[in-house]
Amino acid sequence: MMEISTKELGKATLVQVSGEVDMSNSPKVRETLMGLTKRKVPAILVDLGGVSYMDSSGIATLVEGLQEAMGYGGKFRLAALTPKVRQVFELARLTDVFEIFADLAGAQEGL
Amino acid sequence: MRRFQIEVPSDPAFLRMVRASVEVLCAMAGMDEEGSCKIVLAVDEACTNIIRHSYEGATDRPIICEGRLEGDAISFILRDFGKKVEPSQIRPRDLDDLRPGGLGVHFMREVMDSVVFEDCGDQGTCLTLRKRLPASTERR
Repeated sequence: MMEISTKELGKATLVQVSGEVDMSNSPKVRETLMGLTKRKVPAILVDLGGVSYMDSSGIATLVEGLQEAMGYGGKFRLAALTPKVRQVFELARLTDVFEIFADLAGAQEGL
Repeated sequence: MRRFQIEVPSDPAFLRMVRASVEVLCAMAGMDEEGSCKIVLAVDEACTNIIRHSYEGATDRPIICEGRLEGDAISFILRDFGKKVEPSQIRPRDLDDLRPGGLGVHFMREVMDSVVFEDCGDQGTCLTLRKRLPASTERR
């Protein structure tokens, strides 16, 4: 099961995801992120603290969100990756591509 | 040898069921959580590729997943009955090319010791994923 919600957090829009992200629900994550990038929100913070599993479709969705945000000069940051999810980013060699923060407080700094 | 076999429809909602089964066999093999998570990911990606490429998104076709714990290795055999894949055409993408998608084969090859696609007769493909177990693992 996967849950996703958004809310305003200071200058950023916070996207909170929890549960298992796989091919069955990554389109929902994509829909949420693309809704934000279409509106060109200046900063998107994705809180992955509640995500227990993520496959390549989830990673691909985040890559797309990052690219869309970069396209209009927006910020796209990830926060609170669990060890399991970080492992997937490491396998994909994406830990240096994204701005990844240990927690939400850190992800909000400098916005 | 310890083994299981499950058949699930090519519906992404059933991927969780495959992952849970793989996790159980990894636990029986005595794998630690990190190793287990990687194997689960590799098998999950194999099923995702079957749904996406062999069955082109159809959700009512069979996927047979067999898991084996034999000797010093854990292996998974994924059987589908969809569009045949040409093994020489299956390769991981260049990771420097930042774009969404195409990571599944990279994950499989990165995690497993061997990834073998075979023609399976009239229909579909057999994919065997194999990983040698670390010498320190203790079977449960």
